[in-house]
Amino acid sequence: MSDTSQLLVRRIRDGTVIDHIEPGKALVVLRALNITGREGNVITVALNVPSSKHGKKDIIKVENRFLETDETNKLALIAPHATINIIKDYRLVEKRKILLPDSIVGIFKCPNLKCISNSGEEIRSSIDIIDKEKLVLKCRYCTRTLSTDELIF
Amino acid sequence: MPNPFYDRDIVSIRDFTRNDLEYVFSATDKIRSLEASEKSELGKGRTLGYIFYEPSTRTRMSFEAAMASLGGSSIGISDLKSSSVEKGESLADTIRVIDLYSDIIVLRHPMDGSSRFAAELSKNPVINAGSGSEEHPTQALLDLYTILKEKGRIDGLSIAIVGDLKYGRTVYSLLYGLTNYKVNVHLVAPPLLQIRKESIYEVHSKLRIQEHSTLDEILPELDVIYVTRIQKERFPDLQEYEKVRGTYTIDTSTLAKAKPDVSVMHPLPRMDEISHSVDSTKNAVYFRQAGYGKELRAAVLALMLNEKPF
Ligand SMILES: [Zn+2]
Repeated sequence: MSDTSQLLVRRIRDGTVIDHIEPGKALVVLRALNITGREGNVITVALNVPSSKHGKKDIIKVENRFLETDETNKLALIAPHATINIIKDYRLVEKRKILLPDSIVGIFKCPNLKCISNSGEEIRSSIDIIDKEKLVLKCRYCTRTLSTDELIF
Repeated sequence: MPNPFYDRDIVSIRDFTRNDLEYVFSATDKIRSLEASEKSELGKGRTLGYIFYEPSTRTRMSFEAAMASLGGSSIGISDLKSSSVEKGESLADTIRVIDLYSDIIVLRHPMDGSSRFAAELSKNPVINAGSGSEEHPTQALLDLYTILKEKGRIDGLSIAIVGDLKYGRTVYSLLYGLTNYKVNVHLVAPPLLQIRKESIYEVHSKLRIQEHSTLDEILPELDVIYVTRIQKERFPDLQEYEKVRGTYTIDTSTLAKAKPDVSVMHPLPRMDEISHSVDSTKNAVYFRQAGYGKELRAAVLALMLNEKPF
C-alpha cells in the first residue's frame, strides 16, 4: 500500500484488506460479499484513493473477519484487479490476487428477463467468462453476451 | 466419420461443425432416395415426445410426419389449456415425465435457453423446436439444406436476411449456421427490429456482415433473400408498424431489380411480406423449403436414433 493510503485508512490488527478495487466499485464489493456492518465489526471504506499504479482506487478494510478464497473470487467480475490481504496481529500473513474463473455459478442473475434462468424453475444461473481481457460474459442458458455492469445480484 | 448426431441433443446449431452439417445433409439426400418400406425400419417402435408451450402447427406436424415416415410414433402436449402445464407444473417436472415415455423429446418454449435446461434434465436427447427468441436449430438446418439444393453450394453466396431480426429465432440459428461457410450476409431491418448485438458477439469474427435499412441498395447482388415475418405486436404504435410493413414486401417489382435466379425463402407462416404474385415465379422457394423440412427432420431423427442408420 502506498503512503497516502496509509494516511487515509488506519492500520488494522486482524482482518482483511481489499486493495486496488476499481474506483467507485467499493460499495458494490460490499454488497457482493454481503458485508453489511451488522455484525458490529469495524469496516472502513475509502473511495478514490490516489494510487501509484492505477491513478485511483478504492480500499475496504474489514476488521476481525478473514475472507475465504471462494468468497473473494466472487469479486472477479466486479473488481478483477483487487488484491486480498489477510492481516493477523498487524502482520500481512497472506496476499492473494483474485482469480478470474471460467464461469461463475449461482451468484449473478442474467439480465435477460426472458431467460429460463430467471423463470422460477429449479435452476442456477451460470455466467461464463468468454473473454478475460475485455471481460465479456455470456449466460450459459440464453447465450447472450453481457458486460459486468449488466450483472444483477 | 462416426455419426455425430447419435444420441445427441440438438439445442443449438452452434454445437455442430461444418462436417456435422454436411453429414446431416447427405443423410437427408439418402432419406429422400429410400423406399418407404426401408425408411419405416429406422424408427420402428420408437417414440417422439413433444411439448409445445407455444402454438405451432407447422413445426409439430413436420416432426410428426417425419417420425411417422420412419415407422415411429409421436405423443405429446400442444394443447396447453388442457394439460398440467396450465395448472402450473414446472418445465423441469414436465420434461422428467415425458422423458420416461419417449426416445427423443421435442420442445418449444417461450423462454431463451429453455431447451438447454431441458437437455440437462432429461436422459433422452432433446431437440430445440424454438426457444424464445434464441434459436430454432432444425429450421436453420433445413434452411441451409434448401440453399444447398437450390443453389448447388453455400460458399460464395450473398444472402440477405430481411424483417424482424430482433426477435426472430430462425434468424439467429441461420446466422450461426452460416458461420461455417464463406458467405456475404446482409441484414435488412427497420431500426426497431435490428439484430441483437449481444447474441452475435462470436459471429462477427467468422462472417462478413453488413447492416442496411432498405433492400433496394443491395438487391442486384443477392443470391438469396430470406424473409421473416414482421409482427404487429412488436411495435409500440400501429403507425410505426404501418410505415415499416410495406417497406420490405417482396413482389414482382422487387424481383425485377434482382438477379434472375435469386431465391426467395421464408420460414413460414408468411403474412404479407411476400406478395402472392411471387408464388408462381421460379424464385419462390418457400414451399419447397417446407417440403425439405420433413425430410431433413426425418434424417435428423434417424441419425439420433440409430448409430448406423444406413
Ligand atoms: Zn440468460
